Amino acid sequence: MIQGTWIVQCGGVGMVAQLTALERTYAAIILVCVICVGVAMAVAGRGDLMAAHGWIVALFGMVVMALLLRGIDAPDPWEERFREYYDDPTKVGIILSLIWGVIGMFVGVWVAALLAWPDLTFDAAWASFGRLRPVHTSGVIFGFGGNALIATSFHVLQRTTRARLPDQLSPWFVLLGYNLFCVLAATGYLMGLTQSKEYAEPEWYADLWLVIVWVVYFLIYLRTLARRREPHIYVANWYYMAFILVVAILHIVNNLAVPVSIGHAKSYSLFSGVQDAMTQWWYGHNAVAFFLTAGFLGMLYYYLPKRAGRPIYSYRMSIISFWGITFMYMWAGSHHLHYTALPHWVQTLGMVFSLVLLVPSWASAGNALLTLNGAWHKVRDDAVLRFMMLAAIFYGIATFEGSFMAIRAVNSLSHYTDWTVGHVHAGALGWVAMITFGSLYALVPWMWKRPALYSARLVEVHFWLALAGTVVYVFAMWNSGITQGLMWRTYDQNGTLAYSFIDTLVAMHPYYIARTVGGLLFLAGAVVAFYNIWMTISRPAPVDEGAAADLPVEPPAPRAWAQAGE
Amino acid sequence: MSVGERDPVTGHMTTGHEWNGIKELHTPVPKPVWFFLIAFTLFGVIWVLLMPSFPYGTGYFKGWLGVDQKQTVAERLQEGSADRAAWVARIDSEDFATILKDGELMPIVRETGHTLFGDNCAACHGIGGTGNSGYPNLGSAPMLWGDDPQTIAQTIAVGINGADPQTRVSQMLAFGRDQMLERPAILQLVTYVRSLSGLEEKTAENAAAIDAGRELFAQNCVSCHGEDAKGLKDVGAPDLTDRFWIYGSGREAVYQSIYGGRQGHMPSWGLRLSPLDIKILTLYIIDLREQQRATGGSGT
Repeated sequence: MIQGTWIVQCGGVGMVAQLTALERTYAAIILVCVICVGVAMAVAGRGDLMAAHGWIVALFGMVVMALLLRGIDAPDPWEERFREYYDDPTKVGIILSLIWGVIGMFVGVWVAALLAWPDLTFDAAWASFGRLRPVHTSGVIFGFGGNALIATSFHVLQRTTRARLPDQLSPWFVLLGYNLFCVLAATGYLMGLTQSKEYAEPEWYADLWLVIVWVVYFLIYLRTLARRREPHIYVANWYYMAFILVVAILHIVNNLAVPVSIGHAKSYSLFSGVQDAMTQWWYGHNAVAFFLTAGFLGMLYYYLPKRAGRPIYSYRMSIISFWGITFMYMWAGSHHLHYTALPHWVQTLGMVFSLVLLVPSWASAGNALLTLNGAWHKVRDDAVLRFMMLAAIFYGIATFEGSFMAIRAVNSLSHYTDWTVGHVHAGALGWVAMITFGSLYALVPWMWKRPALYSARLVEVHFWLALAGTVVYVFAMWNSGITQGLMWRTYDQNGTLAYSFIDTLVAMHPYYIARTVGGLLFLAGAVVAFYNIWMTISRPAPVDEGAAADLPVEPPAPRAWAQAGE
Repeated sequence: MSVGERDPVTGHMTTGHEWNGIKELHTPVPKPVWFFLIAFTLFGVIWVLLMPSFPYGTGYFKGWLGVDQKQTVAERLQEGSADRAAWVARIDSEDFATILKDGELMPIVRETGHTLFGDNCAACHGIGGTGNSGYPNLGSAPMLWGDDPQTIAQTIAVGINGADPQTRVSQMLAFGRDQMLERPAILQLVTYVRSLSGLEEKTAENAAAIDAGRELFAQNCVSCHGEDAKGLKDVGAPDLTDRFWIYGSGREAVYQSIYGGRQGHMPSWGLRLSPLDIKILTLYIIDLREQQRATGGSGT
């Protein structure tokens, strides 16, 4: 059965057959539109790099269309499906997330190595640091993290509302549309297309496309919640919704730009000078807040208590944390611009909000760890739960460090140094990736109706690779960053700077090698995870899935499903 | 509406809500959370009152401490230049020879010069001034435009083929590409030029080439490189008889130099650095050369 069957299922007939005839028709119409837009971009943008993107869009549309056509004639799905949750997009999202994760982390190791051995560009423009680096950041944040968020949010949303997703087309539109955006982003960077806004590099047409995708994503949330069969909305959904809503606002405002012409990829931002910098870092810091924090807290709030089998420690702390985090983060962005042309008063506000933010952040981390009371023996024995526990700890470490670095005096040492890079990776590797891997490990057996993962031992191996990689990486960058910061500010007794910039590069070289090793360990762990999950999926399913508990209690729509059998 | 139950582990009540098996405890917010929330907020309020903070219409609240980052920078810059004032004045006023002999000033020149050189010159000339392919060795090679202090300072200030109107201009002609010499002639020149510094021994096979090359050299090259091939400082033409080669001494490299010509570029640093910085760099380079001479430094 195994791999082949699954690919067919995933790639076409099985999953397409789950769509109704009407949904398949709509899907075909949307895909024709996508292909037309792609061709139009290719024609309008000939002579410009936009043409390459046009062809990529058209090709993407055609591949999905080919998969759709293979199952277009399948009979309408059994009405019984309304008694089950709709998990196909989640399954595909998990796989996409892992693929992006391995690619993004590989490129991460590459750019880390580039800093230690600059010749690794092989004299190719596409392999220069400036082009590969956003492939790494977008690959891991949006490709790996974003797909994991979409996949888990669909899963969590249905389970905590006891309602099936409102239809079967829009989740696919969101998942595949989002991945088209990711492909446009990554290929654009390699060709040299960028808006030069960190974490918002893709050009105007990719940004417009993401707006459409994101609005549909939010509507799925609202439509499902409106049909929920639980009286209350669970905390995980507060966070997922904050993530979706705020990312939409951030994305739209920061990407306001005027293209050179409709046939050119290049655009000019609506903002300039210090306003541009402030808008960018309002966006950038809230991308950390609402993409990399709120979204993944949603993940934590479902998979951690579920895996631990414990109730959330304090509902009241959840409330304080949620409103504290969402309110404070909004104002903290200016701490990225301490000691710049940004007016001093904006810096003061950014610093103060960043400091107070520590309290709700630690309340969140504490709430997660206290939830494990009564389940610590499971943390010891179960590496999946240990991933989540470690994520909560690193969340605490990274948020403490963040608030600390937002203090202007501290920032005068840390700014522009590798300390920042170390801080980001304490959060990205220690918190975001750990909670993602923990959640995916928990989720995969449920989704594919397997009794357990292929190998618990490999999860254990991954856990220690991930932890070792993170620790090596973060310590290397702390050392490098603080060394660098101190060298930059050291004056000798004659009142002259003691070190030239190139002296600091020599001092940082060993740490750059250590950082590459740390990244390599982390990448190795991700490859192990990919193998383990792939083997879990491709093993034959047991005859009785015993998943009766994982169903909405009653079908949401009083439709003709009853005639279908019972 | 919902009725909670008591959690046996913590002894706290649940809220009575349940989502797919997940419950929540109604645990009160721990006191430390309230404490720190209030403490941090209080600190925030106080800090906002002390520092420049809230905007209003056309201005902003300046803060009770009256701190202003632009003013702070200006003050720090002033303090910084006050620290340097004593020795800066001496370097400014005294001549090169005096400073070079001064046991107090030269350590300062070495420290300051190291940073200036590292930040401005090392990208091309290497961190120790040892040069790279295309960029001369400053520690031991003869200076193209002369090595007395005034000349070095002038070279740094105006650059070579640089943006300054007074820039030094130097161009080695593209004898091959511009069809002044055929390939066999260039090859003969290569052999001759390399033989000048002993890179090619005269043998039976290349004797003819060297002789022909000498003839070609006399016809084409002496106007810049001199009859003795020792170069002319007026036009920045290098000495071809020494062991230093800016663009490499291999046959291929020398061929490329003659075929395509060379037009090295050094920025006009006077447009960017202060006269004091240039004077320090000049002293630093002279000092570097003296140290290299003392230790018998080698070059490429």
